[in-house]
Amino acid sequence: MIKYFFCFVFMCCFFTIVNAQNCTYTFKGKVTDFHDSTPIAGASLHILNSNIYTTSDFDGKFEFKNLCEGKIVVEIKHISCDTKRVTINVNKNIYKEILLEHHTNELNEIIVKTNSKTEKTSVEQLVKKNVINNFTDKSLGDALNTISGVSSLNTGNTIVKPMIHGLHSSRLLIINNNVRMFDQEWGGEHAPNIDINSSGRIAVIKGANTLKYGSDAIGGLILIKPEKYAIKDSIFGSTITSFNTNGLGGNINSEIVKTYKSGYYAKMQANYKQFGDFNAPNYNLTNSGLRNINTSFRTGYNSYEKGFSAYYSYVNNEIAILQSSHIGNVNDLVKAINNKTPRVVEDLSYDINFPKQKIVHHLAKLEAYKRFKDLGKLSVQYDFQINRRREFDLRRGDLKNTPVIDLRLFTNSIQTDLEINYLKGFKINTGLLFRYQQNDAVAGTGTSPLIPDYNKYDAGIYTVANYTLNETSEISAGIRYDFSKIDAKKRYNLSDWNEKYNYNELFPEFEVSVNNTRILINPKFTFHNISASLGFSKSFLDDITLLANYGLASRVPNPSELFSDGLHHSAARIETGLLTINKEIANKFVASLEKSNANFGFTISPYYKHINGFVQLIPTGITTTIRGAFPVWEYNQINAQIFGLDLDVNKKISKYFNYIGNLSLLKGTNLSEEIPLIHMPSINFANTISYKNEDFNQLTIGLNERTVLQQNQFPDYNFTTFNAISQEDVFLDISSTPPTYTVFNFNSSMIFKAFKKGSLKLEFNIDNLFNVSYRENLNRLRYFANELGRNFNIKLKINY
Amino acid sequence: MKNLNTIKLLAVLFISTITLSSCSDSHDDDDHEHGEELITTVTYTLTNGNDVVTLTFKDLDGEGGLDGTTTISGPLKANTTYTGAVSFLNETESPAENITEEVMAEGDEHEVFYTTTVSSLTISKTDDDKNGDPLGIETSVTTSNAATGTITIVLIHEPLKPNNGNSTSAGGSTDAEVTFAVQITQ
Repeated sequence: MIKYFFCFVFMCCFFTIVNAQNCTYTFKGKVTDFHDSTPIAGASLHILNSNIYTTSDFDGKFEFKNLCEGKIVVEIKHISCDTKRVTINVNKNIYKEILLEHHTNELNEIIVKTNSKTEKTSVEQLVKKNVINNFTDKSLGDALNTISGVSSLNTGNTIVKPMIHGLHSSRLLIINNNVRMFDQEWGGEHAPNIDINSSGRIAVIKGANTLKYGSDAIGGLILIKPEKYAIKDSIFGSTITSFNTNGLGGNINSEIVKTYKSGYYAKMQANYKQFGDFNAPNYNLTNSGLRNINTSFRTGYNSYEKGFSAYYSYVNNEIAILQSSHIGNVNDLVKAINNKTPRVVEDLSYDINFPKQKIVHHLAKLEAYKRFKDLGKLSVQYDFQINRRREFDLRRGDLKNTPVIDLRLFTNSIQTDLEINYLKGFKINTGLLFRYQQNDAVAGTGTSPLIPDYNKYDAGIYTVANYTLNETSEISAGIRYDFSKIDAKKRYNLSDWNEKYNYNELFPEFEVSVNNTRILINPKFTFHNISASLGFSKSFLDDITLLANYGLASRVPNPSELFSDGLHHSAARIETGLLTINKEIANKFVASLEKSNANFGFTISPYYKHINGFVQLIPTGITTTIRGAFPVWEYNQINAQIFGLDLDVNKKISKYFNYIGNLSLLKGTNLSEEIPLIHMPSINFANTISYKNEDFNQLTIGLNERTVLQQNQFPDYNFTTFNAISQEDVFLDISSTPPTYTVFNFNSSMIFKAFKKGSLKLEFNIDNLFNVSYRENLNRLRYFANELGRNFNIKLKINY
Repeated sequence: MKNLNTIKLLAVLFISTITLSSCSDSHDDDDHEHGEELITTVTYTLTNGNDVVTLTFKDLDGEGGLDGTTTISGPLKANTTYTGAVSFLNETESPAENITEEVMAEGDEHEVFYTTTVSSLTISKTDDDKNGDPLGIETSVTTSNAATGTITIVLIHEPLKPNNGNSTSAGGSTDAEVTFAVQITQ
């Protein structure tokens, strides 16, 4: 079916004064192809509200004679284009070249191609809308977990932070609707503030094609993209409701889309999610529920030649954190580890008590693009984000309802991207970025802020070129330069500043004033970053493609790595950053051999990363405070390497049965000390067998198995501490990893015709089918409680 | 042209937000002083008539910074019964904030536990919370033979109440834990 694509024409405005009626003007012109300026013959031109017609000749030329002075509207039609109108002010003889977008079908093909990949040479994997729908009541991290090589760092089961090849936080860029997310992403227990329901599809780029978005994608890039709509008059929408027995809660999400033939569109989406306390197989996880309200709004205008879009999203998350995870000192941690069950187990409740996180994130953007003949497409975008993060802990007295952490981060940026694509087989993307950020450690928490007030300025410039060598191979190369400046205000204990860190000798220029035992400092840091990428792709027969990527990435230390200094309540540890921490530089190689075929397909993707100055947070000892002993975790820099292999296989067994499997292998090494890296995902694999019968209401039944092996490669940071109550040395085992586990999940769905045009999808799923008790190494609360037990889930999706 | 106008508008928006937010950047430098709920000082006062023994732990710059210091005014007398009172202060505030009052007000959510390595020393709690469970701000301390050892005082937030008197099995989270070396003399 031919889509309703319009052929656009440059609009020109002539501002002259009309004097008298004069019918002697001529309007000559030429109709040409927008792409290559070849003449278009046989286009019909009609002056509206008249019976004057003409047709373009073999050279694309046309002529109107004896036109009167005034405004005329010319309608131009051609067989492979949709009708377009041009307004002309006639006040002299006019010559005008009219450009038509001729390749409507080709354009469709381009869109199909970009749907599957951002760049041809990119090593990436995609989460499609139907998978996103399966995770409507879960989080972005849970959905990404289905991809090989992607895991997550969890805090309980509701705070899920994606990890690519063992790297997370500041080493992953998350791009939401072309806006880079800034939501205090440095924190291990800070999940991305994204409503998964607002996204159309999600691409995970493991390779090096990330320069457009930043220089610091050492781990990779997560690209959340909106849907594309056909240009026609239509209104449609969907509503998903979900109910779960574990946590006795669920989710309702509705979206409605209106599109117009003129190219305008608008979408509204809203989502409400609530869960009570979840439960592990043998006990309730007291204080583990959540409440989310999210909404997004998108509007814009799309045509081949120009367009704009505006997007706004609001995310409001209130997340309870397992009450038993609140601990006072090392002895409490020892007790928790030895007890095997959480210390507080109460009946299910929907209350969100302390400790908890309350986060509000606003994101808005405005983007416009225009294509220029013989050049390419220029896009300009402005975006801003406001993130307010409040973390509440168990506190005494008047401070009960006062957060221990209260941070407000304001980010805004303007960026341009010019895509030069008029040269055949050669495409260049180049752009500029300016960003300003302000972090405000909101006063009134009654604690020293973990992260200080700071201003950050960034500027970047990049160029990426793609060249098609021949029909089967393509190369790409890019380079990017970034400048950043951090200007912060912070207080230290005078004794720490002078004696512990020796900063009075290292950074005397930062000192501002001394007040009793405290010193106010004003650190200023400037960084210059160079990053680069190289990519190659070659296609062979039988749908086989080989991809190879090299990337040089560098990352500026984040505020927590530089400035952390004090008790991190939710982690019950003292975290210390260092002003001496410098940038991290990574060389990464990724290759991928892919066969994309529904009958039998696979992806084998080995990778190797070498990271110079890898910043890690590790336990270094114990400090004695009035609360007793606390573990001290310090940031330090080492050289690291991470290598591994991601494997995906799909095989059609018979007409109805299908198999999908994936395997992730990874090994991370601290090269400086020749020990394993901390918090690396272990070997894991998943197998899914599914049955689908298209003729019987698209009945789908699937069984999924996921196994995570015990991580035997871990650094030993265990220590002993003296327990004054029992008067003995106590061994604190914070490093040993939980045993191997296997979890089975069951899913089924059917689609029914409903109403005139709509459909109704009914799903029934069981998570953790055999109610297995297990703990996950990459869950920060693994010392305190088991993971979730069995859950029955019902989902109802109505399309209308 | 329309698109150029959009670009100009974007530029103006960007510049104005930078200017605005830079202007509002005049932060009060004293915004973030030290912790309000911090416990800097634990004092255990043992009184028998005119014989007053104080055990004090002080860490004025809180977690991190300089280590805390312990001061003990003198030895305890053998075969004596003392009235004990523990106090928790935040001396980074002026005047010092009395945390003991907060603990007493929320007595059902707190308990002070005492352990000692001295076999000739017994400490028993003499006060109750509103539910009639032991609180431990006020104690009675009885000594017998001369000996040396330590007393550990632990303030627990949200312990299991009632409990068996042992902080290890009472759960909760530790708000303060200090150890004093004590001596009982004839």
